[in-house]
Amino acid sequence: MTNIVVLAKLVPDLVEELEIAESGTALDMEWLRLIINEFDNHATEQAIILKERSGGEVTVIAPEAEGANEMLYTIAAKGADRLIMLKGDFEDGINNHALARAFAGAAKELKPDLVLTGVQANDDLDGSVGPLVAEYLGMSYVGYISGVSVSGETVVARKEYPGGLIAEMEVTLPAVLGIQAGEEPPRYVAISKVRQMMKTATIDEQEVGDLDASGGAMVQRMYVPEAAERAEMLEGDEEEVAARLVEIFKEAGLV
Amino acid sequence: MAANTISHFSPFTQEFYQSLFDVADGENIKTCLQCANCSGVCPLGYVMDFPPGRMISWLRAGIFDEVVESDSVWMCVSCYACVEVCPKNIPLTPGLMTRAKEEMLLAGNIPTELQSALEFSQRYGNPLGESPRKRAEWANGLEPEVPIMRKLKRPVDVLWFVGDYPSYHPRVQQTTRAFFKLLNALGIDFGILGPEESSDGDSQRLAGERGLFEVLAEKNGKAFSKYEFGEIITTDPHAYNALKNEYPALGIKYPVRHYTEFLVEHLDGIKALLKGNGEMRVTYHDPCYLGRANSVYDAPRELLEAIPGIELVEMEHNRTTSLCCGGGGGGMWLDGFQWEKSGARLSDWRVKEAADTQADVLAVACPYEPPRFEDAAKTVAGADKLIVKDIIELLADAL
Ligand code: SF4
Ligand code: SF4
Repeated sequence: MTNIVVLAKLVPDLVEELEIAESGTALDMEWLRLIINEFDNHATEQAIILKERSGGEVTVIAPEAEGANEMLYTIAAKGADRLIMLKGDFEDGINNHALARAFAGAAKELKPDLVLTGVQANDDLDGSVGPLVAEYLGMSYVGYISGVSVSGETVVARKEYPGGLIAEMEVTLPAVLGIQAGEEPPRYVAISKVRQMMKTATIDEQEVGDLDASGGAMVQRMYVPEAAERAEMLEGDEEEVAARLVEIFKEAGLV
Repeated sequence: MAANTISHFSPFTQEFYQSLFDVADGENIKTCLQCANCSGVCPLGYVMDFPPGRMISWLRAGIFDEVVESDSVWMCVSCYACVEVCPKNIPLTPGLMTRAKEEMLLAGNIPTELQSALEFSQRYGNPLGESPRKRAEWANGLEPEVPIMRKLKRPVDVLWFVGDYPSYHPRVQQTTRAFFKLLNALGIDFGILGPEESSDGDSQRLAGERGLFEVLAEKNGKAFSKYEFGEIITTDPHAYNALKNEYPALGIKYPVRHYTEFLVEHLDGIKALLKGNGEMRVTYHDPCYLGRANSVYDAPRELLEAIPGIELVEMEHNRTTSLCCGGGGGGMWLDGFQWEKSGARLSDWRVKEAADTQADVLAVACPYEPPRFEDAAKTVAGADKLIVKDIIELLADAL
């Protein structure tokens, strides 16, 4: 029986325009809509597929955020057994080093055989969570995984490489895997089932105490990319534009 | 009459069969004659493993698991054609077919395309995946300013429920703006909910997601309850159907009319404004949720006939026999899936019929249709000159 832990977080939903907070170092949380990190959603699906195929127990750990309850109940409705929410000062300023330490602290207690998390997230400013957690737990890590099967003390993970190459790797447990895609796309779960879970499932809330963000990057300034004034619009008919282009190429030493 | 319980049923099949009686006239299912009219008239019955009649015969034999294992119930576009022809008045569309989809959904047997529309509806309150804050952006720059209830802070005669596609779909936004023009020309006192409006949820319900429908209805009910208005009008027959026939059971009860019913009441005022827009041969497509589901057949035709220069001609299938555009019951979000299974698009068949009438214009009264029929007209032989317009647009053009 495999004890699987999934680490999931909510990230900014890009359906809304992002705004920068007055501090100038973070996103404005007030207007932010949060959504489960797509890759964490895949990690969740992979965990539930493993449980359905080879048995085991799935625990999901998520930091507190607006919508985290709903996310956890939805994952429970899909088949997760245990829900943990980390409570702490996760508002602005937290980096992945701090989050990974909090994740590792909670995961260690559970003595997991396998830890699955998304390979990346759109708000990763200081590296992705997976390798950091692996470091803090003293486990091995393999990322960009798109399929896992468990056999005894080891798992076989399919790792994607650029250029359409796939490697099958045998990884000794316990280990952390960064999931690129689950074997199947994340499933749909009817709202009635989620509502049922809200009534029956419990979320275990755990205080994380002081967050240790050391080693991570600190944001000094966050801003929208500034347009450089390097573009020159060429006016005139085809002949004139072509002549001007040739001139520019000559100036640049290209012809 | 057959018994309520059949002893050799599995508990699952038993429970499913029993639940069909909860729908209005649901018990009629016991009287099914197995005449197969339903399966024959069904536009996609020929590719379904279990068209309605056959599903009933399997159910009677106590076998339902196979139905849930087959994904062919996702071919059903909730068009009410089967209900229309059933001699025993069995509510096949709202009952059997929708209940079967609900079981499919609970079993997780659901096409990915549909899944995204449902997730979007849950998350953003519209199936298109657009920002809910941008729900009233179609109104940007219009003169006079579109009245939003939250800012208006006074009772209005008419609350205009705009709907999903009219709010967000670029083609349908044109119809929405034309309706705004029309309401103003008629001097109607109205307001919209803007970002407080959510999807009506009817197509999600008919696609098997009853829970989601209830969540969306509750949100709309809450928004309605904040304001004072005489009645609700909408350009969307799906929203109309939800508000009229489904919301009341959830305690959300308001008088509601489709815009065609509303405008017909103002026909004299409209006629005084209409100048005409040239000679045109027009054929009208009855949307399933205005026609068969709600028996509104005359109002749209009266409006069209009021426009100077328009000659109204009928397609072979019209009124109760109208052919579905393929967008209902989740079909709007299953185009790829249904095309893979059937190799056919229902909107193509409809556009072919329209072209056969030699009409210049195919008039519609549902926001699902302009995009669907315009796409079809691009590929159907002989339909390349066919113009697709909502009745609203034909009226606004003739002002
Ligand atoms: S509602 Fe329409 S598509 Fe569905 S079974 Fe009946 S006839 Fe067929
Ligand atoms: S049309 Fe009505 S009576 Fe005939 S097979 Fe279908 S459901 Fe039964």
